[in-house]
Amino acid sequence: MIGLPLAAFVVWGLWDNTRLFVITLLNGLTLASLYFIVAAGFTLVFGLMRNVNLAHGSLYLLGGYVGFLVATHTGWFVLALAAGFAVAALVGLAMQVSIFRFMPGEDLRQTLVTIALSIIMADLLLWWLGGTVHQADPPGWLYGPLRDIPLIKAYSKYRLMLLPIGIAIGVALWLFLNRTRLGMMIRAGVDDRAMLSAAGVNVNVLFAITFAIGAGLAGFGGVIGAVELSMAPGEDVRLLLASLIVVIIGGMGSVVGAALGAAILGLAETYGLAYAPTYSVVFTFVILILVLAFRPRGFLGRPA
Amino acid sequence: MSAANWRNTMNAGAGRALMRNQGQTPISMGEGVGTAVLPGNRGLSLNFGFWRHIGARHVVVLLFVLAYPWFATPFFTFQIGAQSLALGLIALSLTFLGGYGGMISLAQMTVAGIAGYGVAIFGAASAADATISLGWPSWVAVLISIVIATAGAAFIGWLSVRTEGIYTIMITLAVGVAFYYLCLQNYSVFNGFQGFQRVHAPEVFGVNLREPIPFYYLALLCSLAGYFLVKYLLRAPFGIALQGIRDNPRRMHALGFNVTAHRIAAYAVAGVMAAVGGVLLVWYNGLIGPGSVGTSWIINILIIAVLGGMRHPIGAFLGAIVFVLLQTFAIDVLDRERFNLVIGAVFLVIVLFSPDGLLGWWAGLRSKFSTPRGGVR
Repeated sequence: MIGLPLAAFVVWGLWDNTRLFVITLLNGLTLASLYFIVAAGFTLVFGLMRNVNLAHGSLYLLGGYVGFLVATHTGWFVLALAAGFAVAALVGLAMQVSIFRFMPGEDLRQTLVTIALSIIMADLLLWWLGGTVHQADPPGWLYGPLRDIPLIKAYSKYRLMLLPIGIAIGVALWLFLNRTRLGMMIRAGVDDRAMLSAAGVNVNVLFAITFAIGAGLAGFGGVIGAVELSMAPGEDVRLLLASLIVVIIGGMGSVVGAALGAAILGLAETYGLAYAPTYSVVFTFVILILVLAFRPRGFLGRPA
Repeated sequence: MSAANWRNTMNAGAGRALMRNQGQTPISMGEGVGTAVLPGNRGLSLNFGFWRHIGARHVVVLLFVLAYPWFATPFFTFQIGAQSLALGLIALSLTFLGGYGGMISLAQMTVAGIAGYGVAIFGAASAADATISLGWPSWVAVLISIVIATAGAAFIGWLSVRTEGIYTIMITLAVGVAFYYLCLQNYSVFNGFQGFQRVHAPEVFGVNLREPIPFYYLALLCSLAGYFLVKYLLRAPFGIALQGIRDNPRRMHALGFNVTAHRIAAYAVAGVMAAVGGVLLVWYNGLIGPGSVGTSWIINILIIAVLGGMRHPIGAFLGAIVFVLLQTFAIDVLDRERFNLVIGAVFLVIVLFSPDGLLGWWAGLRSKFSTPRGGVR
C-alpha cells in the first residue's frame, strides 16, 4: 500500500531529473549513517537501562566541539574522532556513576534529570565557545569532491566516506553485542535485568560501561557531524529529535531497528528538503504517525 | 460511574467525621480538611459540596490576588503577575495530564503555540508581508484558535496514548520539536523564522485589555477558571476514573472503562487550558515565532510544573511565580546570558532532592515541625 506511491515517486524522480534524484539518495544515505551512529548510542542505553537520555543531543554537541578543537589544533582527524568519543564517554560515565546509579527503576525521574543536565550542558557549552558556528575541515585525503562518477559527475569524498563508516560502526556494534561476553550480558540485561543480576553479573558495572559506550557514540557522531553539518547551539536539539524519531520508528532498544529507522528518516528528510523545502518536516511527521498508527512499538520493537 | 459510587460508599464514614470536625472549628476549616484526609488517598473528600473546600487560606489567597494590582506597580502586575498566570495555566494543563493522568506530555507548549499562531493568523498581526493574517474579529479568531488547538491536543493524545509511560515523553517531545521546525521552515502559513509581531489583545466594551490591570484580571479570570475546572474534574466521575487509570490501567480496563478514550479526553481537556494559556501568552508577548514554541519553552513548561509540584493544581502557579521571579531577577545577580544555567541547576536540585517540587518541600517541612499530618493533596 505504501510501496506503490513510493515506487511511482522513484520512477517519476528518475525520469524527471536523474542526477538530482541520485545525489539526493546519496545525501540521504550519508545523513542516515550519521543518524544511525548517534541513535545507536541512544537506543543501546534505553534498551538496557530504560533510561531515556534526553541529554544525548548535548553529548553529541560536546563531542563535536571537542573534535573540532582537537582537529584544528593537531590537524589529526582520527585523533579528533577518538577525543570526541572519549570525552563524551567520560561525561556519560560520570552521569551514570554519580547520579543514575542512585535512582534505579525510576524512569521518569531519570528522564527529568537528563533534561536538567541537557539544559546545563548546553548553556555551559554556549558559555565556553559562544554562539558562533564551528565547522571543522575534513582531513586532507578526504578533502574536496570525487570526480568522474557516472550519472552524478562529482560527489564529496568525505560524505561518501560516511557510508562505510556507518556500516563499519553497525557491524562492529553487531559483533560486539552478538560475539563478545560483554555483549551477551547486555543482551541478557535487555531481556531481563533482574535475572541477569541474580545470575551474578555486576549490573552496576555493566550499566556504567553501556552508558559510556552509548554516550561515546554520540560524541563520535558529533565529530563526524562537525564536518558534515556544523556545530552550533541548537544542533543538539536537532540530533536529539533525530534520535528520538529513529528509535520510535525502528523500535526502542534495537540496534538493527536504529539502522532501519535512520535510513528511513535520513531519506525522508533529504528528499523532503529537495522536493518540498518548506514542508520537509511534515514528511518526517507523517512517517512517525503512520508507524505509530500501525506499529506502535516501531518496526523491530518488542514489548517492554 | 461504578468506581465513583464505590468510592462514595467507602468514603462516607470519613466524610461524616470531617463534617463534625468542621462544625466544631469553623474558622480553621481549611486546616480541618488537611487533618482529616489521609496521605495518598486523593479522592477521599469526594462527597462534599463544592463550598466545603473553600477554607481560610483560599479566601486569603483569593483576596490577595484580587487586590494585587492595586498595590503593585504596573511592572509587577504585568510582567510578574500576568505572565505567571499565563504560564501557570499552561503548566496547569501539564499538571492535570501528568499528575492525575500519569502522562507527562511535553507538547503542552506546542498546543499553546498552535492557539497563539491561530490568533496571529486568523486575527490581526503584522508579519513581514501582511498577507498572511486574515484580520477576522478577535473573538472569532480566539474561538477558532482554541478549537483548533484543542483538536490538535486530542490528536497528539491519540498518537501518544498508543504507547505508555516513558514513551509518552519521547513521542510528545518529538511532536513538539517537529512543530518547532515546521514553524521555522514554513513561510506560507507560519511566516518562518520571523513569525508574527504586534499581536495585541483587543478592546472589549471600552476596556483596553492591553493595559496592565485589565490584562491581569483577564489572566486571573482564566487561571481561576482553569484551577477550579481541574479541582472540579478531579472529583467528577471522569477525574476519578482518570486517576484510577493512572494507578492501574489494566484493572480499570477490566472494570469496563475505556482507557484510551479517557486518556484522549484528558488530553483534550488539558488542551483547552493550554490553548487559553497560549492566547494569553501571545497577547502578553505581543508576538509569536518559532522561538515561542522551541525546545527551551517546551521544557520550561515542564520545569514550571515540576518546580511547583504535580500533586496539586496550585503547584503549577507556584512554579510559574518562582520561574518568572527567577527569570526577572536572577539575571541581575548573575550574568544575563546565564539564566539557563540557573534554571537548569534549580530544576536539577528539585528533581534530585524533592521530586514533589516545592509543595513536596512544604509538606515535608510541615510534617517535620508539627504533628504528623496528611501530605499535600
